[in-house]
Amino acid sequence: MQQLVREFTKGLWAELPPFRLVLGLCPTLAVTKTADNGLGMGLAVVFVLALSNVLISTVRHIIPKEVRIVCFIAISASLVVAVELLMQAYAYPLYQQLGIFVPLIVVNCVILGRAEAFAAKNGVLLSLADGLGMGLGFTMSLTFLGGLRELFGSGTLFGMPVMWEGFKPFTIMVEAPGAFICLGLILAGMNALGAWQARRKKQAVPAVSSGCACCGGCQSCEGRK
Amino acid sequence: MDVFELFISAIFVNNIVLAQYLGNCPYLGCSRDKGTAIGMGFAVVFVIIMATLCTWYMQHSVLVPFGLGYLQTIVFILVIAGLVQFVEMFLKKMVPPLYAALGIFLPLITTNCAVMGVAILVQREEYDLVTSLLYALAASFGFMLALVLMAGIRERLETCRVPRAMAGTPIALIMAGLMSLAFMAFKGMTS
Repeated sequence: MQQLVREFTKGLWAELPPFRLVLGLCPTLAVTKTADNGLGMGLAVVFVLALSNVLISTVRHIIPKEVRIVCFIAISASLVVAVELLMQAYAYPLYQQLGIFVPLIVVNCVILGRAEAFAAKNGVLLSLADGLGMGLGFTMSLTFLGGLRELFGSGTLFGMPVMWEGFKPFTIMVEAPGAFICLGLILAGMNALGAWQARRKKQAVPAVSSGCACCGGCQSCEGRK
Repeated sequence: MDVFELFISAIFVNNIVLAQYLGNCPYLGCSRDKGTAIGMGFAVVFVIIMATLCTWYMQHSVLVPFGLGYLQTIVFILVIAGLVQFVEMFLKKMVPPLYAALGIFLPLITTNCAVMGVAILVQREEYDLVTSLLYALAASFGFMLALVLMAGIRERLETCRVPRAMAGTPIALIMAGLMSLAFMAFKGMTS
């Protein structure tokens, strides 16, 4: 039970996917023009991630090691198709807003990363807890970034005006540069916070996130130096 | 003229990384030095063109005639995964020098959303085969341009004093933001 809670909560702060592990950056940057879109995308990812973790950990002993990545991709792709059809049926405006990033959930590194790093090695319940925790962490991060960009970029939050009268929105925040710069500042903030906490507890300052956690192919990037 | 405009707009105005947010993982992960960036860039150009060709035929000879459009996502990703695997084996056997240069990047490309993204984009825009291939070529050149520019800047940055909390990904993201700001200036170039 304790372990279940631990696997669930680690995704919410200690291993927050986009901000700590630097996973799944493309949807994080692309769909966070508004808090609504971030929330919608996050919930779609929760659905796919939790179910794909459960399915993969159920069949983890049957899949041959050599073809496991393709099997993981096939499983998550089927779930993504299900999400696409559900969204077309029940949330069509959101589906149009998110555009090609709904089918692209399939290549979101969070899904494959958790399948490979967790679900392929752990039991069904633990994998479910991990998937839900990571998914909710992803949703929180996207909603936060979306809220921030929406607040400064158009002066609203979840579509409601919240800024004072005469507030001139910084249009750049809802454009591509705003996304990159906002995320960069948030990551820097997370690093500074981590270093401050470590100093207060008199531990060694943790290594700054390297940013290539996304692809897992460290060999190809680092090995060439 | 149309082709020229498509080309320019796909490379500069709607740059796949800086304006359409695709392929950010390799953009940030493989831009440590210029050699790696160029290798990755060529591997992506190669795979995007092949993948667009295969998925275009898949869409128009299987999915559309049999009314299976809703299976697009799953079919495309499996085609791309299979294609990448096949290209890797083919290069290893037939063109070892090319494999030595690009081989290590190929496995990563399956999960590069730029490849899947271009394949889906050309279907949504309903381009014909030639236009699709041209768009794929231009988009992947745009990716390579952004990647190589980024690698160039990051090499210079090695000698600079960056605040500790900003080192690594955060500063790279902020530079990406500034680059994207610069690329926004191309918006006036196409109507």
